[in-house]
Amino acid sequence: MNTRRFDALIVGGGGAGLRAALQLARSDYKVAVVSKVFPTRSHTVSAQGGITAALANVDDDRWEWHMYDTVKGGDWLGDQDAIEFMCREAASAVYELEHMGLPFSRLDNGKIYQRPFGGQSKHFGGDQATRTCAAADRTGHALLHTLYQQNIQHRTQFFDEYFALDLLRDADGYCLGVTAMSIETGEPLLIEARTTLLATGGAGRVFWNSSNAMINTGDGLGMVLRAGLPLQDMEFWQFHPTGIAGVGCLITEGVRGEGGYLLNKHGERFMERYAPHAKDLAGRDVVARAIAIEIAEGRGCGPRGDYVDIKLDHLGEKTIAEKLPGIRDLAIRFAGVDPAEKPIPVAPTAHYMMGGIPTNLYGQVVAPARFGPEEPVPGLYAVGECACVSVHGANRLGGNSLLDLIVFGRAAGKHMLEYLRDNPYPRSLPGNAAEASLARLQRWDQAGSERVAAISDDLRRLMQTHAGVFRTDAVLREGLEKLNELEGRLAHAGLQDTSRVFNTARIEALELENLMGVARATLVSAISRTESRGAHTREDFPARDDEHWLKHTLYSRAGDQVDAKPVRLKPLTVESIRPKERVY
Amino acid sequence: MKFRLYRYSPESGEKPHMQDVELDIDPVGKMLLDALLAIKAQDETLSLRRSCREGVCGSDAVNVNGKNRLACITPLGELKEPIEVRPLPGLPVIRDLIVDMEPFYRQYRSIKPWLINDGPEPEVERLQSPEDRALLDGAYECILCACCTTACPSFWWNPDKFVGPAGLLQAYRFIADSRDEATSARLDNVEDPYRLYRCHGIMNCVDACPKGLNPTEAIGRIKSLLVKRRV
Amino acid sequence: MKPATGAHAGTGIWLVQRATAVVLAVALPGLMAHFLLALPVDFSGWQGLFAPLWVRVLLLLTALALALHAWVGVRDIFMDYIHFTGLRLALYLAVIVTLAGSVVWLAAVLWGSA
Repeated sequence: MNTRRFDALIVGGGGAGLRAALQLARSDYKVAVVSKVFPTRSHTVSAQGGITAALANVDDDRWEWHMYDTVKGGDWLGDQDAIEFMCREAASAVYELEHMGLPFSRLDNGKIYQRPFGGQSKHFGGDQATRTCAAADRTGHALLHTLYQQNIQHRTQFFDEYFALDLLRDADGYCLGVTAMSIETGEPLLIEARTTLLATGGAGRVFWNSSNAMINTGDGLGMVLRAGLPLQDMEFWQFHPTGIAGVGCLITEGVRGEGGYLLNKHGERFMERYAPHAKDLAGRDVVARAIAIEIAEGRGCGPRGDYVDIKLDHLGEKTIAEKLPGIRDLAIRFAGVDPAEKPIPVAPTAHYMMGGIPTNLYGQVVAPARFGPEEPVPGLYAVGECACVSVHGANRLGGNSLLDLIVFGRAAGKHMLEYLRDNPYPRSLPGNAAEASLARLQRWDQAGSERVAAISDDLRRLMQTHAGVFRTDAVLREGLEKLNELEGRLAHAGLQDTSRVFNTARIEALELENLMGVARATLVSAISRTESRGAHTREDFPARDDEHWLKHTLYSRAGDQVDAKPVRLKPLTVESIRPKERVY
Repeated sequence: MKFRLYRYSPESGEKPHMQDVELDIDPVGKMLLDALLAIKAQDETLSLRRSCREGVCGSDAVNVNGKNRLACITPLGELKEPIEVRPLPGLPVIRDLIVDMEPFYRQYRSIKPWLINDGPEPEVERLQSPEDRALLDGAYECILCACCTTACPSFWWNPDKFVGPAGLLQAYRFIADSRDEATSARLDNVEDPYRLYRCHGIMNCVDACPKGLNPTEAIGRIKSLLVKRRV
Repeated sequence: MKPATGAHAGTGIWLVQRATAVVLAVALPGLMAHFLLALPVDFSGWQGLFAPLWVRVLLLLTALALALHAWVGVRDIFMDYIHFTGLRLALYLAVIVTLAGSVVWLAAVLWGSA
């Protein structure tokens, strides 16, 4: 088997992976990035509205207020030390992006343009703040391209269109790299590295209706589960309130930030009933639930009453052209309406995974082990949507995702440098380290009666029905039973196409295996959490239950076990923000 | 609906050929990518790249009825049947609709696509007026899909020497950036009979760009800067 | 392939192409008009059209512009399609000889016949 050796290995070429890679590439160490797509095709590119940092360019602002909003937005499930770290580092991380050349939109005084986003307040819950830094409505595109450009400049080694298969670990638990497969040739490859970072992004494609790119299949989560490590808070999935109805493509929260608002079929601004103060700029979970209720109670628009309208024509041609050009483009293409004239039909769409691979605020993957419940797995890091630090708690605020990528991407990169200094010599790889991976590859050379595409479709429909915006114990358990059936079918699945060169059917089969693990983790964790918090809404347990559930869930594949670990309510330096009722 | 798809699998030993496919699909509200994925669900040997399915990642550029387009934002109803889908022209085909993009990426890298500013870094942002920032509009939005560059005959004839419209547009993006200090070096980098002046202004790139950008105009601006510098 | 950088060339010849195009755009219609308006019926009338010095100078300048313009255009075509350097050089030489020869010949005709 071909083998390549590096000091540091990054799996995933999105914003988080590239930010971490840059930190390492600037040093003397050899760093490689493995990505199943050319890096600028990663899902970061789709982020629209912006990146949140209390720069106070438009209005008074302080990182402490940002921290308060993030804790409240996450319904107190976020770890306050990590949240403090992120909000404190935000400004410098954003300025750094600007210095790298990110083409932010500008204010008249030449500073970075900022716009209001949902859940943002001044003075710890006071008036609306203006905190989200934007490059028109293409912030993710601008950010990802800028980071990729920086990485080319610093000569990062890219393995483009290589699919990572499994983590390599030794008997002491050290992570020593990954097995991967060249998509172009179908050849397996062993990449040894003293330290490995997973930045494989989300898994939103586990739902039928999703804003996510087709590549968001939770590959890093599958790798972690197969390595016997747990996943945290997997019951928390954000449904973005405004996906284009029937399509899922996102209409950024920036539309509401710029002054757009939602209407039901009576032309009523219904958010005034659900969030009298913040209205359309309440937390995303609040707005998504409100839309779902409007639709369920027969106040949806259109012939089937299955969507609501978002109106922005009153913003005027000029604002739309300057600040929301991409949205206009998407609406014309996918909804057939020009938002400068008519409202866009929208409905909630699966958008973001708050849970993921548990890490500390240096990006080190932590798991219960010999010495405690949060023991770092030596050599293994995770950052971005695939990781759960956790800064987003039970519901992420808009604009905090890009921030998460670069703050923790940078932090993990720095910590990996320390790790490399402290562990100067490569550990030797067990002889059979790649066996499981190769067996998994060979499994797909066997014929089978079931088809991958059919099982994928059924899985997505199942998750949409059984793990959507509103959940009950019975619905979740039924979903889990159906998932068991699907897993039975997957065991009998085979490929029609067993060729080597650019066999995308093989890749889709491997992705489906990863999605299955994500689905199971979600359903099992959701069954266990008998309360409603943030994006996890249990109709049979409608209230938040701080007494029993102010804690994270930790799902392990062995025996579908769900453990709990406490939420860190103590920030690094400031006073703890005590849980209270969450109203907007 | 009727499709004609370019099929090539290097392992089969067969020559590339066009395959006729019939698909039962209602074109209303559907994009070409939906149809290609539906065909792939029936016959998983069909290979293509795709990711965001909303026209921002640039993965699924293909040649449709003779024009380079992104499959995910090409409305199915607009296309004349049989819908002929081929890989992008001018790049080596790896398999079916998948081409080797490396010659395209190599030219992109050759223009040094990163901001160069060796001045001391302020602890806050570098200032830029909205007017200066507006100069980047129409240039920074490029998604590197290669629709333009592979529609350009000059790139077909000299892919190793001509930077191509996408690369030159990015060269201009940095030349136009008020924060970038390397304008002169960037002009030096492209001032070449092959790298820049293979562009004869036929504007195929403008016609092909799925994002509505205008590389020819950017190339024209680079040329005027070169003339200004010279005379 | 080694990383490419600019040869610091090409702008001059591109300018020549643009400038000669302007010369041709102005001079050709002028000369055409001059000839067509007084379309002669016999050889001496024809000769007379070339008698004024400005006609001969303008004609020679136009021909020079045309030759330069053609040179840039033909060179572009060769650069696009002829990738074998030896052949391309030989073709360049042939074109240069033909164009330069034509211009010199024209000068000889214009002044030699007077």
